[in-house]
Amino acid sequence: MADFMQQVVAGLASGSIYASLALALVLIHRATGVINFAQGEMATFSTYIAWTLTTNHGWNYWPAFAATLVVSFVGGAAIHQGIIRPNEKGSVLRVVIVTIGLLLALNGLVTLIWSGEVRAVPSPFPTRTIEIAGVAISIQDIGTIGVVLATVVVLWLLFQYTRIGLAMRAAAVNPAEARLVGVRVAWMLSLGWGLAAVLGAISGMLAAPSLFLDPNLMAALLIYAFAAAVLGGIDSPLGAVVGGLTLGVGLNLIGTYVDFVGADLRLPVALLVILVVLLVKPSGIFGKTEVKRV
Amino acid sequence: MSALLALEAVEARYGPVQALRGVSLEVDEGSVVAVLGANGAGKTTTLRAVSGTVRRTGEITFAGKPLRGGPEAVARAGIAHVPEGRGTFTELTVVENLKLGAYTRRERSLKADIDRVAEWFPWIPARGGQPAGTLSGGEQQMLAVARALMARPRLLMLDEPSLGLAPMIVREIFRIVRELNEKEGLTVLVVEQDARIALRTASTAYVLEVGRVAVSGPSDELRENESVRRSYLGY
Repeated sequence: MADFMQQVVAGLASGSIYASLALALVLIHRATGVINFAQGEMATFSTYIAWTLTTNHGWNYWPAFAATLVVSFVGGAAIHQGIIRPNEKGSVLRVVIVTIGLLLALNGLVTLIWSGEVRAVPSPFPTRTIEIAGVAISIQDIGTIGVVLATVVVLWLLFQYTRIGLAMRAAAVNPAEARLVGVRVAWMLSLGWGLAAVLGAISGMLAAPSLFLDPNLMAALLIYAFAAAVLGGIDSPLGAVVGGLTLGVGLNLIGTYVDFVGADLRLPVALLVILVVLLVKPSGIFGKTEVKRV
Repeated sequence: MSALLALEAVEARYGPVQALRGVSLEVDEGSVVAVLGANGAGKTTTLRAVSGTVRRTGEITFAGKPLRGGPEAVARAGIAHVPEGRGTFTELTVVENLKLGAYTRRERSLKADIDRVAEWFPWIPARGGQPAGTLSGGEQQMLAVARALMARPRLLMLDEPSLGLAPMIVREIFRIVRELNEKEGLTVLVVEQDARIALRTASTAYVLEVGRVAVSGPSDELRENESVRRSYLGY
């Protein structure tokens, strides 16, 4: 039983990393109707910034963490203004292809700047375990879950209780109408891209200590995040969080207790989740079925 | 009285289709002006030209200054546009819709403003937490008007408020518009297919035909006008 609980907590920790990246995908999908394939590479880029600040410039972890979030926010918004916005007038497909181009460009850029070498990234949390009700839990797992949950709460407060959050929601659900009440929609979308970049940066920085940092850090994580977002409902922020945690726990338990899956077959299981959800309930757990008026 | 809003030879097109072929009209401060006409005459496009949601040429002056920029700028200038087909955010709650109405205002007394708007629409407070999409068509149209009032606009533009609503609801909406004009001095530019009720509410009206002003004048005179009567009033 203790072993089972340990696996659940470890699953929640990796699940919260998926959730954070999934939330980034959902934010952008709600606002612009596209999947940002570059979300993972943007996160990798952010993680390298944090690594540079801590390892090369001797910053303490949390100031570097905060500075990385700021840089990521500005970078995300700038990507929207400079690269995405000029292409938004075209079809959705065009924007999607632009994000795929961005994925390749950022991946190349990261390798160019930081080389392809695998780097060890310090963790802000000690790796030792504490015992809670007979279950040994690593402090790093608890910290990871805590950081992501805190982020989710802050985001929720932003969207639910602030003027700018309300304007962002309005811009996402009905841009034409939002402009009529005076909301500067393009800027709200840029803010959304900025926030998504922040979420990605958080997932990257939390993942790097255990996965090690290389230019392809987020490639597999992006698949897990897709699975989480699809499972929860691609337009539901709550769904992204629940989907991420469910997937994290589920994969961890399957990987531990189903012999033939082990550690190697987790990615195919995530892809299977995407496939099954899209076949059985395309709108996901919390998504609304889209009704198109003809 | 000087005109609050003046359009001078305004033209607009959707791709190859020219929707406005030189429309000129004036809306005096404190008046209700109606724009009538058949489908495709350019009524909606006239409002969209004012609010900057369609590219146009010609001069538009508002409160003595040339009106420029997109809808965000026009909203800030003090014009509230209630578009055709109930302009509400259906996924957001009634109160959130109202808050968005006041988005452009610097001094913000949301609570007092919602109370003020609720005097005109007494059902609103009880339904505040409900998503706008769950309201009936008439309630959504009223919410759209209420949201526009939250901006404390100098000019309210209504696009076909009667569209798809029962006659009783339509009368109720026009009654409120009339009272807003009489009691609060709100200036209103309303586009309407239902010429009868529009002429009863407005002091002045313009009749559009294929993108041009065909007839205009005081509502009383238009009601007596032979061609207007035959084409739009049906008697």
